[in-house]
Amino acid sequence: MRFRTNYSHSAYLFLAPAMTAIFVFFFLPVLAALVMSFTDFDIYSLGDMSRARFIGFSNYLNLFQNPLFWKALGNTAYFVVVGVPLSIMTSMLVALALNSKLTRFKSLFRFSYFLPVVTTLVAVAVIWRYIYHPRFGLANYLLSLIGIKPVDWLGNPHWAMPALIIMAVWKGFGYNMIIFVAGLQNIPETLYEAARLDGANGWQEFRNVTIPMLSQTTGFITITTLIGYCQFFAEPYVMTDGGPLNSTLSIVLLMYKEGFKFWRMGYSAAIAFILFGIILILTIVQLRVQKQYEI
Amino acid sequence: MIQTRFSEKCSYQSKQKLVNFNVLLNKIKNAGGYLLMLPVFAVLLNGCASDKKQDKLIEFWAMGVEAQHLCTLVAEFERENPGLQVNVQAIPWSAAHEKLLTAYAGGSTPDLCQLGNTWIPEFVILNALESFDNYLENTSELNETDYFPGIWQTNIIDETLFGIPWYVDTRLLFFRKDIFEEYGYSSAPKTWNDLFDLARKIQMDGKTKYAFYLPLNGWHEIVAMAMQSGSTLLKDNNTYGNFDTPEFQNALRFFSKLYKHQLCPLGMNTISNLYQSFADNYFSIYISGPWNLGEFDRRLPDSMQEKWMVAPMPSFNDEYPGVSTAGGSSIVMFRKSRNKTAAWKLVEFLSRPAVQAQFYKLSGDLPANIKAWNLANLHQNDKTEVFYQQLQRVKPTPRIPEWEQVALKIQQYVEIMAYAEMTPEEVGRHLNAEVDRLLEKRRWLLGKEKP
Repeated sequence: MRFRTNYSHSAYLFLAPAMTAIFVFFFLPVLAALVMSFTDFDIYSLGDMSRARFIGFSNYLNLFQNPLFWKALGNTAYFVVVGVPLSIMTSMLVALALNSKLTRFKSLFRFSYFLPVVTTLVAVAVIWRYIYHPRFGLANYLLSLIGIKPVDWLGNPHWAMPALIIMAVWKGFGYNMIIFVAGLQNIPETLYEAARLDGANGWQEFRNVTIPMLSQTTGFITITTLIGYCQFFAEPYVMTDGGPLNSTLSIVLLMYKEGFKFWRMGYSAAIAFILFGIILILTIVQLRVQKQYEI
Repeated sequence: MIQTRFSEKCSYQSKQKLVNFNVLLNKIKNAGGYLLMLPVFAVLLNGCASDKKQDKLIEFWAMGVEAQHLCTLVAEFERENPGLQVNVQAIPWSAAHEKLLTAYAGGSTPDLCQLGNTWIPEFVILNALESFDNYLENTSELNETDYFPGIWQTNIIDETLFGIPWYVDTRLLFFRKDIFEEYGYSSAPKTWNDLFDLARKIQMDGKTKYAFYLPLNGWHEIVAMAMQSGSTLLKDNNTYGNFDTPEFQNALRFFSKLYKHQLCPLGMNTISNLYQSFADNYFSIYISGPWNLGEFDRRLPDSMQEKWMVAPMPSFNDEYPGVSTAGGSSIVMFRKSRNKTAAWKLVEFLSRPAVQAQFYKLSGDLPANIKAWNLANLHQNDKTEVFYQQLQRVKPTPRIPEWEQVALKIQQYVEIMAYAEMTPEEVGRHLNAEVDRLLEKRRWLLGKEKP
C-alpha cells in the first residue's frame, strides 16, 4: 500500500511539468476566454480596463441578432454537410482502389494523392485561383469542351462555396486515404476467403466484410473530419476573404475578423464558445450513432 | 483603405521580402557592432559614462515599400546628426495592425511609426500616441500651412494633433483618353450624370466591354460619392448611423444605377490583371489612387501610354472637383518613447521639402509637404497635377476608432445592393441598425465622461 502511494506521488511529480504547461497555456486561456465572452472587452478596454463592462449574455444575444452570424453559421453547415461526406467517400474510394491487387504503381499514386495535404494552402490557393479564373481558367475550359457556359467560380455567390468545397476535398482527402489504407490492410485476408467460400460476390464482400471491419476507422475519420471542417477558415481566408456577398464567410473567419481585425475580443470569444458547443454536440451525437453500429 | 491598398500593392511582395532581408542583415551587422563594442561599454560604465555619449537609437517601424526607401533617407539623417542612429523595422501592411496592437499590449512600441491616417483615432483611444501640439509650437521647420488642409485634418483628434502627414493618397478617375476624345471630351465630365451618359454611350458602341470597373471590395468610391452629396455618414457626435438621409440615399441610388444598367462587371472582384484588362478594352473608367500612376506607367504597353489620363472626381452639383477621401500615411510618435527629442528631429527631417521630394523620387508616394511638389517637378507632370487639384478637395472620414468597422459594413451592404438583393432604402435602414449597434460602446463612453 505504501509503495503504491509513493508511486503515485512520484508519478504526479513527473507529470507536474507537463500538467503545469497544459494548465497555464491551455486551461487558463480557455477560462479567460470564457470570462471574456461575458464582457465587452474591445479596443477601448485595451488602453483602460475601466472601459470594459460585464455584460452577461449580451454578446451572445447580439450575435443571434447579427445577420452575418447566421449567414456564417449557414455557410459552415453547408460546407460540413456537403464537404464531409464527399471527402470521406473520396478517400475511401481511392483507398479501396489503392488497396486493390490489380493497381500498379501504388506508391506513386499514394504519393501524388498525399502531396496536396503537405502543400501549403497559400501555394495551393494561387493555383486554384487560376483554375477558377472566369476567363482563362482550366475549370471553365474543361466545361467548355462539353458545351457548358463559363462559370464565374469565385465571383458568383452560388458557385463560390462549391468551388471551395471541391478545393478543400482535393486538398484534404489524401490524409484520410492513408488512414483508410492502413485500416484496409488490417482486415484479415481470412475473412474475405470465408466470404468467398460462402459464395459472396464483390459487392457483398465490400458491404458485409470491408465496411463493418472499417467501422472503427470510419468513426475516427468522421469525427476528425467533422471537427476540421467545422473549423473551416483558411480556404475562404486566402481565396475569397468571405466574399462574394459573404457566401463563403465561415464561423471561424467571422471570429477572426471580429477579434483580430477589430479587436472586439469579447464578441469573438462568444463566437468561439458557440462553435465549441456545436462541435461538442456533433461529436457526442456521432459517438452515440457510432456505438449502435459497432459489432 | 489599408486593406485594399495592400492588395493592390501585392506586386511588391517579392520586393518586401528583399527589404526584410536587408533589414535583417542590417540588424545582424548592428548586433555585431554592439558585440564588438561591449568591452568599450564595460570600460565606459566603470569610468566616465557621462562625457562620452553612446549612440542614441531611434526605432522606426515602417510598412511596405516605404520601409525600404526610408533606409536610404535615414542614412543622410545619421550623417547630419552624429550620435543618433535610426533602426528601420519593416512590417508588412497585412500584419501591421495586429503587430502594433500587440506591441502596445506588450509595452514594446517603437519611437516612431508610419500609420495609415484612418488608424490614428484607434491609437489615440489607446492613449498610445504623443501629441505633436507642443512640438509644432516650438519648431520653425514645420508649418501647418505647407500641408493639404483635408489631409492635415485627419491627424487631429479632438483638437489635438497626433500625426504629421508623410505621404498623401486620395482617389480619382483613371480613364481611357482616346475613347473619351472620340466623344468630344478632352478631360472627364464634371458631373456624375454626364459621366453616366458618356459611359452608356461608350458601352453601347462597344468601345469597351464595360464602361466602369468599380471593385466591390472597397468603400472609397461610395463614401466619396456620399460626401459629395453632403452626407455626414454618422450623426450626433458620430454616435449613430446617418444612412437614411436623402444625401446618402442619393449616392446609393447613383451607385446602384451603374449596376442596374450593367455598366460595371459584377462579381469579378479579382480581375486577374487589371492593366491588361484596361489595355484590352475591358473597361474604360476606373477609380483609384496615386500608386497606380506608377503601375500604369510600368505595366501598360507602350502603345497605351498616350491613351490614358486621370481626372478629378466628378460631383453631383456644380462644385468641381468633387470631394474625395483623404488618405495616406502619417508619422506618429509613441508616448512610451524614451528619445522623444531625437525622434522629433527625425520627423522634422523627413518633413523637409527636399527630403520629401527625394522620398517621392524613391517611392512614387505623393509628398505631403506642398513645397516638395515644386522641388520634385510634380506640377509639370499633368497627371500628378490633377492629383494636386484633387488633394485640395479631400475630406477625412469620421475620426473614430470604429470607422474601419463602419466602412466594412457600408462595403458589405453596397455589395448586396449591387447584386440587386436590396434597394437603397433597405440598405440605409439595415446600415443604420447595424452601425447603431456597433457604436453602442462609444455612446456609453461619451455618456460616462459627461459631468
